[in-house]
Amino acid sequence: MIEIIGLEKSFGGQKVLQGVDLKIADREVIAIIGESGGGKTVLLRHLIGLMKPDKGSIMVDGADISTMSKRELDKIRDKFGIVFQGSALFDSMTVFENVVFPLREKTDLDETEILQRGKSALEDVGLRGIDDKYPSEISGGMKRRVALARALILGPSTIFFDEPTTGLDPIIMNAIHKLIISTHEKYGFTGIIISHEIPEVFEVADRVAMLYSGRIIASGTPHDIICNKDPFVKKFVSTCRDADVSCG
Amino acid sequence: MERIIRRLGAWALSKVRTMGRMVLFLIESLYLVFVPPFKHRYLFRQIRFFGTKSLIVILLTGAFTGMVLAIQLYYTLRKFGSDALLGPAVALSLIRELGPVLSALMVTGRAGSALTAEIGIMRISEQIDVLTTMALNPLRYLSVPNIVAAIIVFPLLAAIFDLIGIYGGYLVGVKLLGLSSGTYFSQMEHFVEMSDIRMGLYKSISFGVIVSWVSCYKGFHTDETGYGAEGVSRSTTEAVVMSSVLILIWDYFVGSVLV
Repeated sequence: MIEIIGLEKSFGGQKVLQGVDLKIADREVIAIIGESGGGKTVLLRHLIGLMKPDKGSIMVDGADISTMSKRELDKIRDKFGIVFQGSALFDSMTVFENVVFPLREKTDLDETEILQRGKSALEDVGLRGIDDKYPSEISGGMKRRVALARALILGPSTIFFDEPTTGLDPIIMNAIHKLIISTHEKYGFTGIIISHEIPEVFEVADRVAMLYSGRIIASGTPHDIICNKDPFVKKFVSTCRDADVSCG
Repeated sequence: MERIIRRLGAWALSKVRTMGRMVLFLIESLYLVFVPPFKHRYLFRQIRFFGTKSLIVILLTGAFTGMVLAIQLYYTLRKFGSDALLGPAVALSLIRELGPVLSALMVTGRAGSALTAEIGIMRISEQIDVLTTMALNPLRYLSVPNIVAAIIVFPLLAAIFDLIGIYGGYLVGVKLLGLSSGTYFSQMEHFVEMSDIRMGLYKSISFGVIVSWVSCYKGFHTDETGYGAEGVSRSTTEAVVMSSVLILIWDYFVGSVLV
């Protein structure tokens, strides 16, 4: 379980996170939504240990990662997989080399096994016949799939998705969301999705948390969020309220 | 007045902090050179990147440096009736000084800048963060192979620069200005000592460390110099300028200590 307690972070004089509190249960898929530039990515970078908070703590399975040494943090990171916003594939490696990179660097598997697992991971994300292509030769949607295959290959217990569908057309966006659902069903990871793609992300998430003014102002099922009375949440999800959703 | 002093203090503190971070970066990289696992694949790639790809520029600059040196030294030495010493003068200038310094400056312009840009782009496109979040030390993949490759390649490139420069000096001194071939080479053998070659070697190795260290550091910290492409452009410029200045400063210190 991941628990964020009173997380605060400032850059210069600007307070980006002002006391974020959130609990994320094992195997659930939670979407953290909010405005662009509202601190969602900063929150994610704290969760994966790339930033240290000014105040507050992040408990992962009972241990505070914000005060851990690098070595302890690396042990926690072994449980994580991350799909970065721009996919962050290694430019100098082929698609296949990118996918099996964690296997080559972190396991002692022989090449036959690596080959087999790499192929299987690529098939899981619906990619075939692009093994030898370089990231610059494939589309944005394919890059996200490759990044997901790379994140899945070591079987992490938690996968973080930083804006996994930003910049993609609605069809590809839908396909990526379906992929997150299908891989979650198969691998059973805890999924944390940072997104502002409303209402599409509601189809993927079990729970949604709304980040506004550096705080979580609402949290609940997609239905709870759509029907939330908070004026900002209401404004943010107004497109969904027009849809066929009954708020009783 | 107080504001000026405050700003000056803040500027000085930020410079000291940067220097401290640079030194820590170098110490950690040098430590990882001796701690397994070693990334041989990346090392061979970087040897090719620093070495093979810099060969043409080294051959060209080496030849013309030797030729210019021969012309200039010939007219000076002739005034003192010592034109027979042209061979050793060219060889000593190249081996002790110009070979290591100019080859290092050439590699800084060709490979150092490209290295900073490559690592800088990896930084802004979150590829370095990928390594960190995989619990892999990015320095092991990006800094260590470059430092080791530069330590291996810089002395070799300087040696090639020296050789081709001496041959360039031979073409001008012997073929153009009419000095005898025997005088050019026999005097060289007499005057150039092992300590001169050692000095050139030490300089090249240290320049290799300087160029790879500064280039990698600037690439790693691209996000601190600016955003996106502008940040990469700025860090690349800073890497080339800083490496070049440090090469010349360090050259003076090594030269005065090992004279």
